[in-house]
Amino acid sequence: MRAGITVFPGINRERDMAIALERVAGAPPRMLWHRETDLSGLDLIVIPGGFSFGDYLRAGAMAAHSPIMGAIRAHAERGGYVLGACNGFQILTEAGLLPGALLRNASLRFLAMDCHLRVERADTAFTGHYQRGAVFRAPLAHGEGNYFADDATLDRLEGEGLVAFRYATADGRIAPEANRNGSARAIAGIFSPNLRVLGLMPHAEDLVDPVVGGTDGLPLFQGLAAALAA
Amino acid sequence: MSATAEANRRLAAEFGLNPEEFSRALAILGHSPTLTEIGIFGAMWSEHCSYKSSRVWLRELPTAAPWVIQGPGENAGVVAIGEGLAAVFKMESHNHPSFIEPYQGAATGVGGILRDVFTMGARPIANLNALRFGDPGEPDTRRIVDGVVRGIGGYGNCVGVPTVGGEINFHAAYNGNPLVNAMTVGIARADRIFRSAAAGVGNPVVYVGAKTGRDGIQGATMASAAFGADAAEKRPTVQVGDPFTEKLLIEACLALMETDAIVAIQDMGAAGLTSSAVEMAGKGGLGIALDLDLVPVRETGMSAYEIMLSESQERMLMVLRPGQEEAARAIFGKWELDVAVIGRLNESGRIVVHHQGRVEAEIPLGPLGKEAPLYRRPAAVPPKPPPLDPTTIADPLGLAPALLRLIGCPDLCSRAWAWDQYDATVGGQTVQRPGTADAAVVRVEGRALGLALTTDCTPRYCAADAEVGGAQAVAEAWRNLTAVGARPLALTDNLNFGSPENPAVMGQFAAAVRGMATACRALDFPVVSGNVSLYNETKGAPILPTPVIGGLGVLDDAAAAVGIALSPGLDVVLIGRTLGWLGQSLWLREIAGREAGAPPPVDLAAERRNGDFVRGRIAGGHVRACHDVSDGGLLIAIAEMALAGSAGARLAPPTAGIPPHAFWFGEDQARYVLGVADAAGILAAAEAEGVPAVRLGTAGGGDLTLPGGIAISLGALSEAHEHFFPAWLD
Repeated sequence: MRAGITVFPGINRERDMAIALERVAGAPPRMLWHRETDLSGLDLIVIPGGFSFGDYLRAGAMAAHSPIMGAIRAHAERGGYVLGACNGFQILTEAGLLPGALLRNASLRFLAMDCHLRVERADTAFTGHYQRGAVFRAPLAHGEGNYFADDATLDRLEGEGLVAFRYATADGRIAPEANRNGSARAIAGIFSPNLRVLGLMPHAEDLVDPVVGGTDGLPLFQGLAAALAA
Repeated sequence: MSATAEANRRLAAEFGLNPEEFSRALAILGHSPTLTEIGIFGAMWSEHCSYKSSRVWLRELPTAAPWVIQGPGENAGVVAIGEGLAAVFKMESHNHPSFIEPYQGAATGVGGILRDVFTMGARPIANLNALRFGDPGEPDTRRIVDGVVRGIGGYGNCVGVPTVGGEINFHAAYNGNPLVNAMTVGIARADRIFRSAAAGVGNPVVYVGAKTGRDGIQGATMASAAFGADAAEKRPTVQVGDPFTEKLLIEACLALMETDAIVAIQDMGAAGLTSSAVEMAGKGGLGIALDLDLVPVRETGMSAYEIMLSESQERMLMVLRPGQEEAARAIFGKWELDVAVIGRLNESGRIVVHHQGRVEAEIPLGPLGKEAPLYRRPAAVPPKPPPLDPTTIADPLGLAPALLRLIGCPDLCSRAWAWDQYDATVGGQTVQRPGTADAAVVRVEGRALGLALTTDCTPRYCAADAEVGGAQAVAEAWRNLTAVGARPLALTDNLNFGSPENPAVMGQFAAAVRGMATACRALDFPVVSGNVSLYNETKGAPILPTPVIGGLGVLDDAAAAVGIALSPGLDVVLIGRTLGWLGQSLWLREIAGREAGAPPPVDLAAERRNGDFVRGRIAGGHVRACHDVSDGGLLIAIAEMALAGSAGARLAPPTAGIPPHAFWFGEDQARYVLGVADAAGILAAAEAEGVPAVRLGTAGGGDLTLPGGIAISLGALSEAHEHFFPAWLD
């Protein structure tokens, strides 16, 4: 797996992501400044969490117009893999690579806590090391994670099996108390139609080490490493 | 008084100078002052910048140890933590701004302390905050709590430094004067510490970061006076934070620090360009000439006075080696930050400020810094209340109702409402998050090494007996570090008091510092940085004396850190002696409705002996859970451990003739509750080392069960514990 991590001004979880990727790939990922446009040789582009451009205007809005985004769009169109976590998910929706939008949390407060995610399909490069229906824990940390799309889009996402993860209770139930940010249909992450672009709000990358809270997030990266091993 | 003298007096007062100080400033200048010059004197001689009332007392604090790399006097303290690394840390108050405008006051407090740490070459890895608010029954308290918590989160979350710990207390004495004390910890190479003393005549003085605006002008002077009824009118003195720019500044400064370009660096904090320029040149024994026409500004028509006194955030001043300006431009340009050479160092021993073809200020540096006013103000010895005899205090409520009420009271209930707004995991190194252990534990990236961090103070003890309270704050911080298994190394302090012109307050200050110094010596726990915040009073009423301690310890292996969670089957063992001390306890206040008596005495020999024993047992792998006994006493400590681990406990200890409510809720110091697999082994080891230890019972089940068939379910405990904050603020 040859991975690159995009760094926009204000991104702050690029190191966390690099640690998680290095843990499964054995080599550090390439750090890509947002003005770079040459992604050749990379099969996974990760847009990490943080506050790109301060989240001013709207979370992800300005980063979506950075020079690197054209190259990422081309990479996705070529069938390349893209992972956007938190601010990365927001940037992917702002750039039109994934549908919908991330609104302010229903509580109108920044939320930082562990949540549980239910794996909605396991036959993808991102989720291959989880079982379908499995529940794993991951920290979330965002002010705008409330997934929104119109009903037609939500129906299409569900109909085409493009919902990757939903917020759930520890025993896998979909319930309002588990959906802290108020996301439509408890959606925490979605795929592109070719299943090669994933956006998700929580931080699986922060739960990859038994000393630091556990390894619930590790299978996501192990799955990627296995799928992209070629 | 002549008309001129009266005009001068008024002018001086406006800038926070008393008539004597003003006369001295005029004599030093030797010419009729400009507005800019008076502003510079007012800021540099303010309590906030000069420590003029506190310095004589602060000298008593021990500041040295073999592991101390930098003690007080720099932007932050530095200690060696092993493996060639250093921890850089400091705590600082932003009390006054946080009352006027809670969100921005707290946010810029976080921003300011972050800069103090990365200025020294350290990457910030953790933030903590110690907060004190007024009576929750006062309508204004809600506004302040909500704004402060949002502000801390808003800034810390965006810069990507995890907020991992802190404390929240309430007391009516903080009505109209909340305390916001923010602490940052960073990691640097021990041989790459950057300091602020300028060097090299002719070297360029370089401004980097955000542009200068008209915000926060005279903030230091505002923070050096008590609030009257006009506090809300002081809003323009509060700064506005931009955590995005701070994040860029962190990355750009750390990148430039990888090169050899920087001679000296200091952030522009209180009193902005004035204090950074004066202190850097003054410490270096040089002079400095500034050309304000070169300062990046974001507003037109700014005067020299405004540029020199602005407290616009996210700015740094550096002295570079000759010819390194381009290296700085390349790095700061990448991060889209301003860089401007705004002056040069010289040998004059003066600061000379040029603006639009005029000399706007010319002042010798000595009197602004080292020779600034220094006062030994009258300090009255505060009267000490006599101890209360626990056998004379009846229990009006019974143990179970008292436990439920205490665990739900504002000072003891769950702080999850606040923590759930702070990103505690960014960085991927947070081993112990808020609420899981007595101290936060953050691992050093790429190493096994971990830092343990805590903030502590018990203001009601300090109000009753400032000397005992000062010692207790130090001892509790040391104990909290010990309870996770860490070796306590050093502390930073944030001394929050009322007006130093009130002899009773000055007496409290002196006594608290004396108590701290005694404890620091006994525990080998030196002070390496700190901040003094005086004039914390509104309408003539001072706050409780609040000397907050920010403690730092080290774990050679962060994975060995112990949390507070009990698990079924563990034996519950109490270390330390129990007398049933109810004076100044939370039980006395919340259940008996009295704030009375002497605080629990602090026996530093017992602290050291018991703490060293506990740390040794943790290091030996004999301890699964550990929690120090502090606010609320023994039963609160056990209840917190039970809630953290979702495991009840059956408790049947010998109470040695102490009334049950005093046994369970007394706040005797130097105690720890351990969850262990082998109680007999711990008790034998304790006896061998002369450490008091007693087995209290066994963990398991869904209730806390006390002698006499009293049982409290974890469900009821949890409900009581979690209720207050969401019900009040959501």
